[in-house]
Amino acid sequence: MEEAFVFVALTMNATIRVATPLILCAMAGMFSERSGIIDISLEGKMLGAAFIAASVAAVTGSPWLGLAAGIAAASCLALLHGFACITHNGNQVVSGVAINILMSGLTVVLGIAWFQRGGQTPSLEASARFMPISLPLSEFLAEVPILGTLYSRLVSGHNLLVYVAFLAVPLAWWVLFRTRFGLRLRAVGENPKAVDTAGISVAWLRYRAVLICGLLTGIAGTYLSIANNAAFVRDMTAGQGYIALAALIFGKWRPWTAFGACLLFGLLNAIAIRLQGVDLPGIGEVPVVFIQALPYVLTVVLLAGFIGRAVAPKAIGEPYVKER
Amino acid sequence: MSAAPAELPRWIDIGLIPVINICLALLVSGLIILAIGENPVEAMAIMIRGALGYGEGIGYTLYYTTNFIFTGLAVAIAFHAGLFNIGGEGQAYIGGLGVGLAILAFDSTLPFFLLLPLGILAGAAFGAAWAAIPAWLQAYRGSHIVITTIMFNFIAYAVMVYLMVNVLIKPGQMSPESREFAAAGQLPFMHEMLAGIGITVTPTPLNLSIVWALLCCVGVWAYIWRTRWGYELRAVGHNEAAAVYAGARPRHIVVAAMCISGALAGFVGFNEIMGVHHRLLLNFPAGYGFTGIAVSLMGRNHPVGVVLASLLFGVLYQGGAELAFEVPTITRELVVTIQGLVILFSGALAYMSTPWVTRVWRALLAWRAGAAAAEGA
Amino acid sequence: MPMRHDGDDAVVPPEGPSPPAPPAAIELRGINKSFGAVRANRDVSMTVRAGTIHGIVGENGAGKSTLMSILYGFYGADSGEIRVAGKPVHIASSHDAIAAGIGMVHQHFMLVDNFTVLENVMMGAESGPLLRESIEKAHGELTRLATEYGLHVDPGAVISDLPVGALQRVEILKALYRDARILILDEPTGVLTPQEAEQLFRILSALKERGVTVIMITHKLGEVMAITDTVSVMRRGRMVAERATAETSTEELAELMVGRKLKAGVSPRAETVGAPALAVERLCLRDRYGVARIDDIGFEVRAGEIVGIAGVSGNGQSELLEVLSGITPMTAGRIVVEGREVSVAKPARPDEMRGLRLAHVPEDRQRRGLVTAFTARESSILGYQRDPAYNGRLFTDYDAVDGHCRDLMERFDVRPPLPGIISGKMSGGNQQKLILAREIDRDPKVLLVGQPTRGVDIGAIEFIHQQLADLRDRGCAILMVSVELDEIMALSDRILVMFEGRIVGEVAIKDADTSTLGLMMANAHEGASARGGTSGAEPVA
Repeated sequence: MEEAFVFVALTMNATIRVATPLILCAMAGMFSERSGIIDISLEGKMLGAAFIAASVAAVTGSPWLGLAAGIAAASCLALLHGFACITHNGNQVVSGVAINILMSGLTVVLGIAWFQRGGQTPSLEASARFMPISLPLSEFLAEVPILGTLYSRLVSGHNLLVYVAFLAVPLAWWVLFRTRFGLRLRAVGENPKAVDTAGISVAWLRYRAVLICGLLTGIAGTYLSIANNAAFVRDMTAGQGYIALAALIFGKWRPWTAFGACLLFGLLNAIAIRLQGVDLPGIGEVPVVFIQALPYVLTVVLLAGFIGRAVAPKAIGEPYVKER
Repeated sequence: MSAAPAELPRWIDIGLIPVINICLALLVSGLIILAIGENPVEAMAIMIRGALGYGEGIGYTLYYTTNFIFTGLAVAIAFHAGLFNIGGEGQAYIGGLGVGLAILAFDSTLPFFLLLPLGILAGAAFGAAWAAIPAWLQAYRGSHIVITTIMFNFIAYAVMVYLMVNVLIKPGQMSPESREFAAAGQLPFMHEMLAGIGITVTPTPLNLSIVWALLCCVGVWAYIWRTRWGYELRAVGHNEAAAVYAGARPRHIVVAAMCISGALAGFVGFNEIMGVHHRLLLNFPAGYGFTGIAVSLMGRNHPVGVVLASLLFGVLYQGGAELAFEVPTITRELVVTIQGLVILFSGALAYMSTPWVTRVWRALLAWRAGAAAAEGA
Repeated sequence: MPMRHDGDDAVVPPEGPSPPAPPAAIELRGINKSFGAVRANRDVSMTVRAGTIHGIVGENGAGKSTLMSILYGFYGADSGEIRVAGKPVHIASSHDAIAAGIGMVHQHFMLVDNFTVLENVMMGAESGPLLRESIEKAHGELTRLATEYGLHVDPGAVISDLPVGALQRVEILKALYRDARILILDEPTGVLTPQEAEQLFRILSALKERGVTVIMITHKLGEVMAITDTVSVMRRGRMVAERATAETSTEELAELMVGRKLKAGVSPRAETVGAPALAVERLCLRDRYGVARIDDIGFEVRAGEIVGIAGVSGNGQSELLEVLSGITPMTAGRIVVEGREVSVAKPARPDEMRGLRLAHVPEDRQRRGLVTAFTARESSILGYQRDPAYNGRLFTDYDAVDGHCRDLMERFDVRPPLPGIISGKMSGGNQQKLILAREIDRDPKVLLVGQPTRGVDIGAIEFIHQQLADLRDRGCAILMVSVELDEIMALSDRILVMFEGRIVGEVAIKDADTSTLGLMMANAHEGASARGGTSGAEPVA
């Protein structure tokens, strides 16, 4: 019993760790795509932010400066995406692919040039990282059965950015559905012409959306390199940007459902890691890669309309050009 | 992609503007090299020497070029049908699986001249099948092909890891690779073929498949511009309403175009598995599928352009490897960076320079008209 | 009142209706606007008095919508001045227009489908950064406007669930919510049922009573007569007349709209008319919302005659051509071409219809008739790309295609006669000649033609008309759709008039004149089915 409980607790903790960058990226993608800009460059922005955050944290010794630099880097890339897609009406998918490939190269090029460690940044001291925080009373409540244990083992003991990610969801929901900006943002992704004729600038609205996307992917990247790990490693995002994109679609471009999808995909990953090399009675060794690929399969099945229907914002991918 | 303004002459649109875009990409690459404290001109010289200065370099350059031609053509033909195939990587992976399975099954029983077409067919069939599913989902279920092909890259990866680790691995071995193919199941290397006619060159991975790549270029060109099916494919890509008017069936064409695209991407497996490694293994597509996007955009989706762009990327890959070897602060990933910049400037920002070029062109015309008028007076 | 009709420089100075004239709400002075080579508005001036309902009528492409889009800041005018309530204003965006008290109800509604009515109304005019207060305010306002003007819509309803009439009320509410004192409506009744239109007019009258100025763009003359105080007529980008509604008539407006430039037919009528080559019986087409676009139509076209379909565009003519050519499947009825029956159970696709020697010159050449990115050579076989004449077993014989294209270009005087030119770079007239050449070169039994000379220069018009007449004389059955009444009158042997998906009249050419046809097009002629039963209609939402 105790063993099972420990197993569950460990898996849940792993889920939270894996899901954190997914949640941040999914919320980031939601702002961009709800405004009508396809963003497959979540991966690239996160990677760039992870690298810059780790570099700055290594040089300055301050996680806060690292975070600021990571956000700045991702925001620059977001502006580049906006410049191509909003100002120049470029193909949004091509622009996203360009940023992903650019970042997977540039982070290594700069990493080796700056630190000569094969693309890795120097290992960070604890003081240069976001370390786990013990929430108040967690020691005290640890002895209380079930609830107390849950609180001290699961809720407490994560780093700051994990809490930021989990707070980002209600915040994103609130911004999207309870503010003027959110109303206009949702409108511009559905019918930019309606927004234009209502006297609102389509371009400025979309630029703000991609900037929020930059902000959140910046936090996600920073989390990877200086909170969850102690250094940047080449290609450390390992496709999580794409998983987040899948989660966003799986969650039908809505904050809470996307959040659920992120947790589900995080859980699948955590289970896959737990089951690595484990022989289950009757099944044999579990093909772990298939559990890891499950998010992609589920997303494809959903997109095909076999389970429910994911309807994208109507104007997504279309540059807004006033036609004659 | 937005269209260029109609008033520019064709040579500017398809000649000058792409060159300007590549120059912009190279300029930014130079700035990056400068930023990491090296001399861009010197770096360029090392790259060109490393890629083209001697036999081994040339061999490697052409070997990379082979892969880029396949993936570049794959992206290009999909573009002509108005589709964006990001799934070249996964289709190459599964295509290679097809090649490997076919050869593993028959290399002890069939001779080379039968295994050669078998390998080609298997690579094409598997690659096409992997592309057909997203195509069908787009045509008949309305799911966005970009998203599904991305997902299929990851699924292909999972399938391959599973098969290699659990099924196809040679027994008694740690690394996930199959057994080596028998000699009949191996494409001859170029240096072997040249040795056959008395020319000795340094051994490189360059093999017979480059000939197939060039044949594919001709084939794709002929299909797109010299057959009625290619005609309908382009009609659907440019103007679906007109294509319907002309009696074409867009859904069929979407599936057909993606199958051809997937088959072409699958030939990367033909080169890598049957031509170079002679066994099934992991990670052989190595990003070639993504490079195909840059190649196609840069080559303006035309087979000739694709060959030229593939050569350029071959030089970049091989030269980049030499550069990384000679200059310790520079790594091979510089090439990936340049690739990203090429996609950015030739693709997403393809028409950034057109307003400027148009302005210059207009001024030039006005100046010429003025000069002519002065002469006439 | 002095007036010239030939599309020359005449601009009739706007004379206000009967005194006492209220102050001007809107004054436009010398507005010019070109799109590339097309001059959409030429030196347009207009005055709209405050608190009146002002109609702007004109054929399709006369420049009405462009003018109103300039007023609403969607396009900038090339030159000219706009005054609102006597003050010159600069309107660079919709934002400026809204600030000047102008609201617009577009022909295609500018609504966010998955938003509620309330959200659509308040978007862009929220009271603060948070929605809560906006929602409260909007709720109150909506209730007030609903009772004041009879604009009843459920604020919580989602747009995609509402019928068109309700959507229009939402658009009006949007404008009023922004304190619009001037309301522009672009073809407001185009999508409405007669009952809904009736209801709209009541709302407009209520608005007028409370001092709102209404500008209504339309081509339905009956409505203009019924509701407006003054009416301006536009033709080919110019303002050609202004009338007090009480002092004009539908006949006069129809003439003004169409112009009087009527020519004799290009060649003597065919003496002998043969057997029916195309027969249409009880044909219906419903769109995905279940609205009937073609409503139970039946007619025949005989070999050796041209049947012209007249009508204001948007009354089902385009759909009719698409159904007959096999592009859009019909939802009921049948078509018989050359003895072969086509019906819902036995559909035929465009290539099969072509196989029955039915050729089709589509209405919109840029969108359907050719592929602008293709070379002229390639466009010259569009639709016939599988013809064995151009194909070997595997490859297309481009020498044959090239020869074919050269031949067409020579015989139909297509310039420049270069098969390698990109189709999109040819002028509109030459594109059209190439398409026409392609379609009639094969001696079709039936030819469908849509807008044969839209956007084509004068020289080419004559040529194209002559070609159609010659083809008719060779025994082809031609069905021609055109919004140019001149063209219909000049070419047709028989004229059918379409209105709201139905055929509302048939006239032999010898009995046809512009005003009769104009009235039929507006469905206002004698014997037209009355738009009855509308009084007392309740709000639909």
